[in-house]
Amino acid sequence: MTEAVQSAHDTSFVVKRTRLRKILDNKTLWRGIAAIILFILFWEVCSQSKVWFGIQVPWIGKIPPPSEVVVNWAEIVQHPGYWESWYLSFFRVFFGFMIAQVVGIPFGLALAVNKYFRDIFFPPFEVLRPIPPLAWVPASIIFWPTTELSIAFVTFLGAFFTIVINVLGGARTIDIQYLRAAQSMGATQWDLFRKIILPGTLPSIFTGAAVGMGITWEVVLAAEMISGGGQQSGGGLGFFIWSSYMGGSMAQVIVGMISIGIAGYVSSSLIRYVGFLSMPWRRLF
Amino acid sequence: MAAKTTTGSRKKAPAASGGRGAISIRNVTKIYDPEGVNVMAVDNCSMEIQAGEVCMIVGPSGCGKTTLLNVIAGFHSLTHGEIYLDDELLCGPGKPLAKQGADRMVVFQNGALFPWKSLLDNVAYGPMVQGVLSKSDARDKALDMLAEAGLKDVADKFPGEVSSGMARRAEIVRALINDPKVLLLDEPYRAMDALTKSIMHEALLEMYDRTKVTIFFITHDLEEAIFLGDKAVVMTTRPARTKKVVDVNIPRPRDYKLLSSEEFRILVEEAKDAVHEEAIKAFEAGERELA
Ligand SMILES: Nc1ncnc2c1ncn2[C@@H]1O[C@H](COP(=O)(O)OP(=O)(O)O)[C@@H](O)[C@H]1O
Ligand SMILES: [Mg+2]
Repeated sequence: MTEAVQSAHDTSFVVKRTRLRKILDNKTLWRGIAAIILFILFWEVCSQSKVWFGIQVPWIGKIPPPSEVVVNWAEIVQHPGYWESWYLSFFRVFFGFMIAQVVGIPFGLALAVNKYFRDIFFPPFEVLRPIPPLAWVPASIIFWPTTELSIAFVTFLGAFFTIVINVLGGARTIDIQYLRAAQSMGATQWDLFRKIILPGTLPSIFTGAAVGMGITWEVVLAAEMISGGGQQSGGGLGFFIWSSYMGGSMAQVIVGMISIGIAGYVSSSLIRYVGFLSMPWRRLF
Repeated sequence: MAAKTTTGSRKKAPAASGGRGAISIRNVTKIYDPEGVNVMAVDNCSMEIQAGEVCMIVGPSGCGKTTLLNVIAGFHSLTHGEIYLDDELLCGPGKPLAKQGADRMVVFQNGALFPWKSLLDNVAYGPMVQGVLSKSDARDKALDMLAEAGLKDVADKFPGEVSSGMARRAEIVRALINDPKVLLLDEPYRAMDALTKSIMHEALLEMYDRTKVTIFFITHDLEEAIFLGDKAVVMTTRPARTKKVVDVNIPRPRDYKLLSSEEFRILVEEAKDAVHEEAIKAFEAGERELA
């Protein structure tokens, strides 16, 4: 406090200083860090307990300790194959996800604004929607010429239904008073769509994207495990985990699992960030 | 540029008082869902609102006030009767649904500023979408009008960033920029505390003295009705009919000293007696429905 007053003439210093202060004073942040450290310590102790104290801790005692995982990881990152798995999974996720967005958003909006379209397409959509994406795998393999395309299709389905349902729900629950107000002011149907329905649906579009992204990761990993490391579609983090398990390296399985955790976090952060940029009026909340 | 548009809007104001915006409601009946649930919301209701008059509508809640407003605005169709705006038939036999238009601007019960537009863009929206002004002219004019309403400093904020009082004032500005013949307000100050309300009243009266636009104002606050209105129309419990018209012959401009005057008290009492009778009827009807 006094420091800030003394150096008040140098404002940039004060601003920087207080921002750093804010981060350092953030109790939530510190609690989060402390919780993660405690969790890792707990894990280490439980895993090592047989060696250290001669007591086998159930369940967690069978898992390699974090120290071993870190050593394993440090070794794996030197192999290009590990990074290739990252790339392949990310590519598949974003490919399926993007197509689901490009098809799903207009489809959901069309369902929302056009009664005839809804009457025709909503019933079959609702019949197909409860089918889990992985149930599509065999059909998809028959349907598409390459395994890669089959995976892409299943991934697409995983995100598609969620996105459509969110867009439809969001567009249908826009306060009718916004539409009435715009219409009274002379808005045409096209104005209504562009200036009211679209921005009004944006929050739901991003909710759908966040949920859809999570599903896409699940589907990609499962599909990679099922399809295995064939010539055309090898690798991916799912296959990485599966082959590590087959190879008997539990530490490597955990490296794969944590890698997926990180990948998922990066993906959803990206979506949140794009949402933050495109909906300035929601930054207040 | 900005100065020019301002004088433009000022010039229109006196013209507006010269007989624009008379509403004639003749034997209007509104039945929701006539084949199904069949709710009669308005029954053979008539009233005359002069051009440039402030007409306050009071009545027990659920009696059909919003329904009547929605019919005038063109959001709902009517079942019988007719409504004229000046000499133009808005809706009537053969044309049950009035065409929505910028000549009748609504300020909604819960507020309907677009949350994704700044106050300025909200206000500029009407002239822009109608194509009467270019985007930059519309924004200039919007800024002038927001400044007139004392909202210049918050013009660039989103509705979610300002107080409900400011948002409501901006919404009235958004309506006025379209130069409507009639302003339709549905309990706009309902959820506000007494102090905010009094500030809103002052702002509304100031705006009215400037524009002399016809105002159709729904409220269930009787003091508000007498303080703001040229007349207060008391509605019966559902289905709504005109029960009593209390004429308020208090000269304008009015200010808050009026609230403690004898004249004001007498008029409020007069309206209160009429509303109270209907409120009891509504209450008993509600009891019966519950039983
Ligand atoms: N869309 C609708 N369909 C059926 N009944 C309605 C509808 N809107 C309002 N009502 C009924 O009409 C009556 C009058 O409602 P409303 O005009 O909103 O009352 P007020 O604004 O005076 O409180 C109420 O009983 C309400 O339940
Ligand atoms: Mg109402």
